[in-house]
Amino acid sequence: MSTPRTAIAPGTGQFTEQVQISGHIIDSLILPKVLDIITASGGNFRLERITIGQARQDPSFAVIEVSAPTAELLDEILAQISDHGAIPTAQQDCQLVTADMDGAFPEGFYSSTNQRTEIRLGGEWIEVEDQEMDCGVMVAPPAHRARCVPMTEVNSGTQWVVGHAGVRVFPTERTNERQGFEFMSSGVSTEKPKGVAIRQIAQELFQNRRSGKQSLLVGGPAIVHTGSVEHVARLIRGGYINKLFAGNALATHDIEQALFGTSLGVHLDRGDVVEAGHEHHLRAINRIRRAGGIRQAVAEGILKSGIMYECIQGNVDFLLAGSIRDDGPLPEVVTDVLEAQRLMREKSRGISFCLMIATALHSIAVGNLLPAWVKVVCVDINPSTVIKLSDRGSIQTVGLVTDVEPFLRALVQELELLDRGAT
Amino acid sequence: MTAEPRQFADDVPGELFDPHDPRPQILMCPPDHYGVEYEINPWMKRDQPPDHALAVRQWTDLRQVLSDAGAKILLQKPVRGLPDLVFTANAAMIYRREAMLARFRFSERQGEEQYDAQWLLASGFHVHRLPNDVYFEGAGDALFCGDTLFAGYRIRSDVRGLQQIGELFRCRVIALELVDPYYYHLDTCFCPLAPGMAVYFPEAFDQYGRDVLKELVPELIPIAEAEARRFACNAVVVGRTVVTNTGCPSLHRKLTELGFTPRETPLDEFTKAGGSAKCLTLRLDGEEAAKWKSA
Repeated sequence: MSTPRTAIAPGTGQFTEQVQISGHIIDSLILPKVLDIITASGGNFRLERITIGQARQDPSFAVIEVSAPTAELLDEILAQISDHGAIPTAQQDCQLVTADMDGAFPEGFYSSTNQRTEIRLGGEWIEVEDQEMDCGVMVAPPAHRARCVPMTEVNSGTQWVVGHAGVRVFPTERTNERQGFEFMSSGVSTEKPKGVAIRQIAQELFQNRRSGKQSLLVGGPAIVHTGSVEHVARLIRGGYINKLFAGNALATHDIEQALFGTSLGVHLDRGDVVEAGHEHHLRAINRIRRAGGIRQAVAEGILKSGIMYECIQGNVDFLLAGSIRDDGPLPEVVTDVLEAQRLMREKSRGISFCLMIATALHSIAVGNLLPAWVKVVCVDINPSTVIKLSDRGSIQTVGLVTDVEPFLRALVQELELLDRGAT
Repeated sequence: MTAEPRQFADDVPGELFDPHDPRPQILMCPPDHYGVEYEINPWMKRDQPPDHALAVRQWTDLRQVLSDAGAKILLQKPVRGLPDLVFTANAAMIYRREAMLARFRFSERQGEEQYDAQWLLASGFHVHRLPNDVYFEGAGDALFCGDTLFAGYRIRSDVRGLQQIGELFRCRVIALELVDPYYYHLDTCFCPLAPGMAVYFPEAFDQYGRDVLKELVPELIPIAEAEARRFACNAVVVGRTVVTNTGCPSLHRKLTELGFTPRETPLDEFTKAGGSAKCLTLRLDGEEAAKWKSA
């Protein structure tokens, strides 16, 4: 190994290399031996991942980051530990195994992250397409292409990456994004100056529209309950939202309001409960079902305002994903969750900005699908929704703990200011 | 790892492996072309060649001792220019009807691989190979004791190959680093006698290896250096009979105490090449200590 090393861990003055080791490395004491060799030689290690085999015959697996103060020493250590099976993950081709059944990965499959990833095939690094966390990486060898595919879509006979060898991940450099997205630097907080944050979100949406990129809104019914329908309608009319993901509830209450002026029976203008208003959302669903769908209801002049109306009018692609507690549902609701997930995956490709408002369920579902480089802003009155998203690995998520209506009102105002400035 | 296409060679001599024969079956290769023609371990000295006639006699005696112990001896055809083909232990590692073919570290022995593959295929084994750059020297470096495969690495076999064998055969593989060039194969310093019982030469392993063996083999019998040098650990176990080179009296006493029948037969002409009783044999139906054999 004589290639000059450039892998220096930022700020540490250390040269680093990631190695992987597998086998019965615990029972045979090979893992402790390798770690002892590293430290005895003057290097350091960090166990990045370790998977212990469950049954006696199951191999264990460890990914170790080895570091040393000089490149020469690092090379020396790597040469020593390679004799014991600890091989740099970057210096080998990825290992492929053929799927032996439909709907399940081969054992030992590489589980993807949402970070940009490359795999090594025939000595060449290839970028993994459709980057998504918690998937497998399928390889089509003749075309030399690799992409993330979920478990349910595995077909017997296809080729899958197993282990960590020949796989490298490029974590998103948050610091590079600071200028455009400065409030990212702090986590979820109720104490943030929201004005600044909202202004930056407005700038993101504005820039995205200007450069022809796609923005996605993932929304919950609280948008309607809090009286924010008109704000969202204005965002759609302004061309700031290109896609909408929601559930049956958002669409139902939006249509209920359009048809009856209430949301869950509460009159949104006056705040009082309407007589038999609790039936309104069911009557709304029923009317749309009688029309054959939201699109038909708009065409027939039954539905004349609201978020769903604006989506139809503005040609905004929407996906309504069903859940177990749905009333109706509306005809457009996709009730097969796997199909809904598949559509969500398909429609989220190419999204570069995502605004998640007041929905834990749909936000987490979408957060799981998006690659790490897509900017995500999660707005919720409940901090736990935002924290849940971050905990699930959607590290690109910026949280804003605030009531939905004032947020959307301010966002629309900021966008109008930007619009006026631009013209 | 790829499976070798099955092919039957016409020129494989003699009897082949019979999975229905209840007797222990051992592959040996007559020493017609045996000699020390190169030096790939510290035992080999080209200027101290073995006495060929004596080597033939010693090999014939070993064969007889093993036959007397109840083994059926099968023969591989010797090949001119492959002096170490006589050490059949290195041909492959056997697990049930599967054979993991050797990939020799030294080019001097790589010529043996095709003949080993031919014989094993003709005998009905499913023959596997490791990738070309992964060295593995057969039963010389891979011995079952109970349900665990103990495997030597670093001097001849690569640890990477051992992991792959574990995955293929779904068994626990305990890789043991060999640290003394005189004990370059695991079968020169470790010999399983029965599940949970083995003899070993501690100094051939590092501290990690010794600790592992003590932990995983309940009855572990150390051999002193003088007898280790006589290849005491390179023993062939057939039923309760244990066959070694001469000059291992302490081991033989211990074996008698344990209820084994030790037998010795001179093999000095083969120790000149770094091999002894075990190296000259390949057990085809599973070693006595392999749990899968009785399972």
